[in-house]
Amino acid sequence: MTTIIYDGTYQGWLTAVFEIYEFKLKEVEFVRNQSTTNSLFATKHYVQSDETKANRVLKGLEKKLSKQGVTAIYKTFLSEVDQSDDVMWRFVKYVFDSTENIENDIGNSAVWDVKKAVKKVRRETHRMKAFVRFQLTKDDLYYAIVEPDCDVLPLIMNHFKNRFADQRWLIYDAKRKYGIYYDLETVRIVEINFQANVNSSKPLMEISDEREEFYQTLWRRYFNSVNIKARTNMKLHIQHMPKRYWKYLTEKYPDL
Amino acid sequence: MSSNRVIEKLEILADAAKYDVSCASGQSNRKNTNKGLGDSSGSGICHAYTEDGRCVSLLKILLTNYCIFDCAYCVSRKSNDIKRAAFTVEEVVDLTINFYRRNYIEGLFLSSGIFHNADYTMERLVRIAKKLRLEQNFNGYIHLKAIPGASEELMKEAGLYADRLSVNVEMPTAKSLKLLAPDKNHQDVIKPMKYLKNEIIGHKEEKKLNRKAPVFAPAGQSTQMVIGATRENDFEILKVADYFYQKMNLRRVYYSGYVPISTDNRLPIIGTPVPIIRENRLYQADWLIRFYGFNVNEIVGDDQPHLDLDIDPKLGWALRNLHQFPVDVNTADIEMIQRVPGIGFLSAKKIVTARRYKKLFPEDLQKLGIPYKRARYFLAFSTPFSIQKDYTPIQIKQQILKLQNSKYKNNFSGQLSLF
Repeated sequence: MTTIIYDGTYQGWLTAVFEIYEFKLKEVEFVRNQSTTNSLFATKHYVQSDETKANRVLKGLEKKLSKQGVTAIYKTFLSEVDQSDDVMWRFVKYVFDSTENIENDIGNSAVWDVKKAVKKVRRETHRMKAFVRFQLTKDDLYYAIVEPDCDVLPLIMNHFKNRFADQRWLIYDAKRKYGIYYDLETVRIVEINFQANVNSSKPLMEISDEREEFYQTLWRRYFNSVNIKARTNMKLHIQHMPKRYWKYLTEKYPDL
Repeated sequence: MSSNRVIEKLEILADAAKYDVSCASGQSNRKNTNKGLGDSSGSGICHAYTEDGRCVSLLKILLTNYCIFDCAYCVSRKSNDIKRAAFTVEEVVDLTINFYRRNYIEGLFLSSGIFHNADYTMERLVRIAKKLRLEQNFNGYIHLKAIPGASEELMKEAGLYADRLSVNVEMPTAKSLKLLAPDKNHQDVIKPMKYLKNEIIGHKEEKKLNRKAPVFAPAGQSTQMVIGATRENDFEILKVADYFYQKMNLRRVYYSGYVPISTDNRLPIIGTPVPIIRENRLYQADWLIRFYGFNVNEIVGDDQPHLDLDIDPKLGWALRNLHQFPVDVNTADIEMIQRVPGIGFLSAKKIVTARRYKKLFPEDLQKLGIPYKRARYFLAFSTPFSIQKDYTPIQIKQQILKLQNSKYKNNFSGQLSLF
């Protein structure tokens, strides 16, 4: 058994795949930097992330898979499902071992596990398109804080760019401590460490636009007014809007 | 403009609009142009869900709840003693833009009570849509109510700015409408619907020839009828819906279970439960007709005028048609696989994909997340398969009922015990 230690990036993971074949490693397990490993007897193999090697693996995958099939691996990487590195590896190995495109062989467990991870990411991506709640600051920045189950910010960039093309915005992932920021031209990834007290949908008076509180109140009142009490179905409500998301949802915050 | 008054108006006019159940915000294909605000090119998004479990994707309000009509089923009817309010055009534009910019909504759903007359009301609805599109460069979704009786010029203008237009048929039959809304006339509803249908088709044809031709209500038109306020059976209701789909090219027909809001003796008394299950069964039947290739007459008919409440309409159909089963998952057409109770659209697609690689067995279906226990009464897995025991429809129904744990169960036993 060889333990492969890489930097935790997607490029790093692809490089690792390249080296598994280059060094003919058998029986591998992946470990992202910093985390410790318990396998006392495993050989360690350190991977230095390398663009050329990563691209060669991607090229190889592109020959055997549809565009969607290649993205599925990246999405599995972002899914943060249990053992995601291993799920990806079993899939990639099956791809390279087969002569045909196997991405739809859902009877195979390697393929099925990837499909499951992709499904999870798709759902989370959709949720983030729905549950982002912007607040306007005094200097005309619309910002939102989220804590998605999967690392989906890279997947929602374009959606928000197309939709909010004429306003500056920032979406910050409080779990992973980075954000995506649009400056009216391009979207880029920004590393910031927000203060700990920024942890709910409550507007921060000192930085908020003067009308922000008004619109939040309007939205909350609207949300409550459209409910039909005779049809109350809390189970369905919670199924669609799980409680873990409420913290950042304006309409779920009590009136100020 | 006092902030508190705006808040109060919003509460009144959102409350009055909530019985209109349409919430769709997709199928429009309106892209963001020139770095404007908004984009409706993807599928619709539900940004929130109310505590009754319904999707909130649009700012759904009335422009005003003042109304010259006195329709018995409507909260805003003239004779009802309620708070009245009216938004200005600017207020609606401001609300829409500011909600949209905060990612609360996909767009605006604007309806209205009738004040003065149809044209006066429609003119204001159109003005709001026009302002949003031309002054605010807004590309979000706009759904406008087409007010029966408004001029064709106004209807036409509405179509140029809105993504979807809808005329509510309100009641399933002309007779019921006459009974509950004496000021309204069934033909007044059908006329604008026909007009819109022709305009939509005409603009689509034009667009094919000239890419730059304007779009007209690109998300089509829809309608709504209230269920359970009058005596129509499900067969009558679905026949009407089918007529709208076939003859009027409607994208959606919405069924709104009547929420008792009036002591009028023409209507169910206050406290009568909302027919939530019946409404759900109607939507299921509607889906079968639109997406699963079912004909209305396969689902309901003169001898079977109501949908079953305890089982879904597809299972109901299958039990009446056991001679068409079992379906062999390894060889059957996808159309037939979709007709198997428990196997939907996506499951059927999964089966057809997976069987290209290997012969499927029950455990494969379970692995794919298909509710096999429910479907198994209707399935076969190539030869050799053990011949299934010959169950009667009633036996199958009972076994499946044991499997399902309906979220409406409590609700349900209440309804059943009535009979």
